[in-house]
Amino acid sequence: MPSINEIQNTIVEDFSFLPQWDERYAYLIELGQKMPALDSAFKTEVNIVRGCQSTVWLHRECRDGKVYLQAESDSLIVKGLAAILMQVLSDQPAEDVLNAKLSFFKKTGLDKHLSSQRANGLMAMIEQIKAFAAKCADGDAQ
Amino acid sequence: MTIDTNTIREDFPILETKVNGKPLIYLDNAATTQKPQSVIDAISNYYTTYNSNIHRGTHHLSNLATEAHESARKKVQAYINAPHDHEIIFTRGTTEAINLVAFSFGEGFIHPGDEVIVTELEHHSNFVPWQMMCERRQAHFRVVPLDQNGDIQLKEFKKLLTDRTRIVAFNHVSNSLGTINPAGQIIQMAHEAGAAVLVDAAQSVQHIEHDVQALDADFYAFSGHKMYGPTGIGVLYGKEKWLDAMPPYQGGGEMIDQVSNTRTTYNKLPFKFEAGTPNIVGPIGLAAAIDYLNQFEFEDIMEHEDQVLAYGRDRLLEIDNLTLYGNPEHHSSILAFNINGVHHYDLGTLLDTQGVAVRTGHHCTQPIMTALGIDGTVRASLALYNTKHDIDALIQAIHKALKMLGK
Repeated sequence: MPSINEIQNTIVEDFSFLPQWDERYAYLIELGQKMPALDSAFKTEVNIVRGCQSTVWLHRECRDGKVYLQAESDSLIVKGLAAILMQVLSDQPAEDVLNAKLSFFKKTGLDKHLSSQRANGLMAMIEQIKAFAAKCADGDAQ
Repeated sequence: MTIDTNTIREDFPILETKVNGKPLIYLDNAATTQKPQSVIDAISNYYTTYNSNIHRGTHHLSNLATEAHESARKKVQAYINAPHDHEIIFTRGTTEAINLVAFSFGEGFIHPGDEVIVTELEHHSNFVPWQMMCERRQAHFRVVPLDQNGDIQLKEFKKLLTDRTRIVAFNHVSNSLGTINPAGQIIQMAHEAGAAVLVDAAQSVQHIEHDVQALDADFYAFSGHKMYGPTGIGVLYGKEKWLDAMPPYQGGGEMIDQVSNTRTTYNKLPFKFEAGTPNIVGPIGLAAAIDYLNQFEFEDIMEHEDQVLAYGRDRLLEIDNLTLYGNPEHHSSILAFNINGVHHYDLGTLLDTQGVAVRTGHHCTQPIMTALGIDGTVRASLALYNTKHDIDALIQAIHKALKMLGK
């Protein structure tokens, strides 16, 4: 499994082939459309990460010190962003997730979604993943 | 002066902005309007040439600033046709104006078991302060329901009015749907039941009639920044008989007459409700905005905005699977919609990338969204400087967004 930074570099490279805004969004939307639907059993109240405008469901698992994540959103763009986040942070050692510096957001220009008034819940999703990784690393998350 | 949008647009320098390399199409005017150069100049001129604290200064600059600030009060008085300038209280916006009344009217006139009526059509700022007041004063909070067109149900309102109703609060124009409420009728019904009335005019004072005496409103609240003026300045008009009888909202400088260890007496109106150094420049900018509006016949503004609104409704309804929310009897300035299978956040984001500024979400009106069974809308809202060309640009951008979303 490539490391978090290796995956981030690949994503930045992928986006570098898409200089136009509409290509970038088309790619994000495609990622969102391709992401497997979250099992309805995981679409629980506890798993909801509420943004002001869009809702994200985030399912977390901790096994053998690694973090496994699945997500879904009612917004396709947010779903695409979540898909990228899953690529970067899922199936990774909890310690690495906790310490990950998510530089790809800035390098791809996707950081505007982080700052957009918490409207989409992306920032809250990252905070929750980090908090979960901390528990997982301490061995008290299942 | 008639409405010539070409020259009007030249008065608003920000409209020349490019967003993502595309000309800005600004359709978020219900959130805040842009400012004409004359407003920007009035603010700049204040800070450049006569910035000073007001009312108690003995020096030249203080006199100039006081005069400008107080003449702005008279300008506001004239704009809304209030009987007296001391009935004009400057606040930091509509929200503070409503909170002031909810607090001071509540302290003065609301007793356990009394009733307060709002409507389902309200912005949270004309909803939550009354809920808070009802909790504090052990009063009952009543909500007039909406019908499916986005009009409030007057029959239900009539049923809710009782001899315990002390105050009714409603917006003249809904920020979410653009419904123009039958203000005169609501006020008359409330008065017949012996209740006072607060009109939230944040979305109406710049678009439709705004004569507080014709309406017979007891309180009337609005914001400067939604009527081409600066942010941070709002207005509360209140009938003298109420303002005189209400206790102060905040304590501090300016609002006092005499202070001693045992007792404080309060200043006369309007200063009793203006504790502390006020936003001095705000009213000066607001006065410049009123001057700007006053160069037009108000009927011409309404006619122009109605034409663009009607054109917008027609063009939007040409789009497949588009639902326009609100089909009220009288409609102003707001186009709220969703497209089946498209999340409002996705549409708003893709419009933004094309330079089209709209707002998405629940617009601080969760009770309306609940009533309509949705969690948000895309909202395009109009101002004086918007044109049919802006609508065409919106429609074109929507088509491009839909294509990208595979619709």
